[in-house]
Amino acid sequence: MKIRSTLFAITGTLLAASAMARDVTLLNASYDPTRELYRAVNTAFAAQWKAQHGDTVTIQMSHGGSGKQARAVVDGLPADVITLALAYDIDAVADHGLLDKSWQQRLPDNSSPYTSTIVFLVRKGNPKGIHDWNDLIKPGVQVITPNPKTSGGARWNFLAAWGYALKQPGGNDAKAKAFVKTLFQHVPVLDTGARGATNTFAQRGIGDVLLAWENEALLARHEPDGDKFEIVVPSISILAEPPVAVVDKNVDARGTRQIAEAYLKFLYTPQAQEIEARNFYRPRSPTVAAEYAAQFPKVNTFTLAELFGTWRQTQAKFFADGGVFDQVGPGN
Amino acid sequence: MSAVRTSRDASPGRRLGHAVIIVLASVFLGVFLLLPLASVFVEAFRQGVHAYLVSLHQPEALAAIRLTLLVAAIAVPLNLVFGIAAAWAMTRFEFRGKAALGALIDLPFSVSPVISGLVYVLLFGAQGWFGPWLAAHGVKIIFAVPGLVLATIFITLPFVARELIPLMQAQGSEEEEAARVLGANGWQMFLRVTLPNIRWALLYGVLLCNARAMGEFGAVSVVSGHIRGLTTTMPLEVEMRYNEYDYVGAFAIASLLALLALLTLAVKTFLEWRYSDEIAAHAPGGH
Repeated sequence: MKIRSTLFAITGTLLAASAMARDVTLLNASYDPTRELYRAVNTAFAAQWKAQHGDTVTIQMSHGGSGKQARAVVDGLPADVITLALAYDIDAVADHGLLDKSWQQRLPDNSSPYTSTIVFLVRKGNPKGIHDWNDLIKPGVQVITPNPKTSGGARWNFLAAWGYALKQPGGNDAKAKAFVKTLFQHVPVLDTGARGATNTFAQRGIGDVLLAWENEALLARHEPDGDKFEIVVPSISILAEPPVAVVDKNVDARGTRQIAEAYLKFLYTPQAQEIEARNFYRPRSPTVAAEYAAQFPKVNTFTLAELFGTWRQTQAKFFADGGVFDQVGPGN
Repeated sequence: MSAVRTSRDASPGRRLGHAVIIVLASVFLGVFLLLPLASVFVEAFRQGVHAYLVSLHQPEALAAIRLTLLVAAIAVPLNLVFGIAAAWAMTRFEFRGKAALGALIDLPFSVSPVISGLVYVLLFGAQGWFGPWLAAHGVKIIFAVPGLVLATIFITLPFVARELIPLMQAQGSEEEEAARVLGANGWQMFLRVTLPNIRWALLYGVLLCNARAMGEFGAVSVVSGHIRGLTTTMPLEVEMRYNEYDYVGAFAIASLLALLALLTLAVKTFLEWRYSDEIAAHAPGGH
């Protein structure tokens, strides 16, 4: 009798579980270098959600240049969450009414669960002797950076260079502009995304120095042929804060708000922070950051807010049509 | 034959000239066609047959292959029907705007594929002309399979028509008119007279159309949204894997596309060899 009742209980539980368990899919539209990061995060989140709620979650990914991804979501890509390179690209989606304009206050740390910075990747032995930003404009040095119009990483690159020039003794906007203009005369190709630029530098062997996300540079160093490169940390760089947000209109249409919000909150948990650190993103959690401190070079950083204000102001001044980049970019 | 005789009769100086041109052409083809093609297979098998098969067996790769076949299976038959209809209209009827129709058929050849994709985003995207209506009715076109099919149809539209038009022009309509006089209805005439006359050109057009439908990158890239396993065709999957440092995976899928190209070429060569007399008889100027 006991066995029978146990069997009944098991069958009952299974039936109940299968009646309640759903198959849910989420779409995460992200920028270029997060491919490896979110592959690991998605597996961990799906396992946790299954254990806690019984639902099978499949998280689909779409990757591309950050600006391009924002445009795709505006044009109807049904992303439940967007995890982009910088806040302005999410602002642009909010401007089309797809999510609330106060989105950045909804999660801790400006809605950026992890940070990064901009460093240099040079060829083995650093043959051109590149140690800081002013070495980039030495004669004969070719610099690889993607296009700031489409790539979020490239906008951080641009602002890091500008900030360096601004912080030099006697630095001002005019001097920064002249420095960046000279810098872009050293750029032979502008890829649309950070990953394309990394491939141009690492695989196609073009250029002497790649301005790169720190996570992207560390990842390239850990590839099988990574010993062909060295990372150079400049005297100063920018603290890059890639933000994440739920796309209100899409989750409400699909009925996925609860799980989408849980997915983004998961990014702040110790488990996910470890995954982020292992994928070379700087975790926000002090304990995890301490644990992985050896992995990240010491970088002296400034924030966007300190030098440039909000991303909306920065975008309008530098990257909008007719902005500073149009005046100093290639061809000027 | 006359060309062969000329080269035999030529002076040593001219023979040398011919040899130089032949060597130049061969080297050019070798460097620009054979070498890249070979490199695809070398890269694909760099880590052995097992790694090659494993990377092709991943769910995303299988999904990309299925999607590519699906898109081609819809786009190619539609363009087959359209191509015959367009060629028929262009060669059998006189009507106002015929020249304009001819130019329109060629439009996809002359427009950059990126533009071909973007026009569909402008029409059917969320901010596009029909976007709000489509969203209200729950119809997804852009960043979904219908968008991929539309873009592919646009890109491959000229192939069948462009193969048929010169042939049907050269053949004229006498045989068809004879069939009508002898009592055939339109459908009988088409099946028994027209189709047999154009079948090899038609098959060739379909082969080219299919090769392009499966290989198109630019236009589908714009409308795809790059959702892994859902809206990525084989060419898009190749780029993605390359960007993910998965070179074996990228070139494994690329090798399938290269095989498709080789197969197309082989079938075309076979057709030309096997049915050369028939093709010559129907080819323009072959009477």
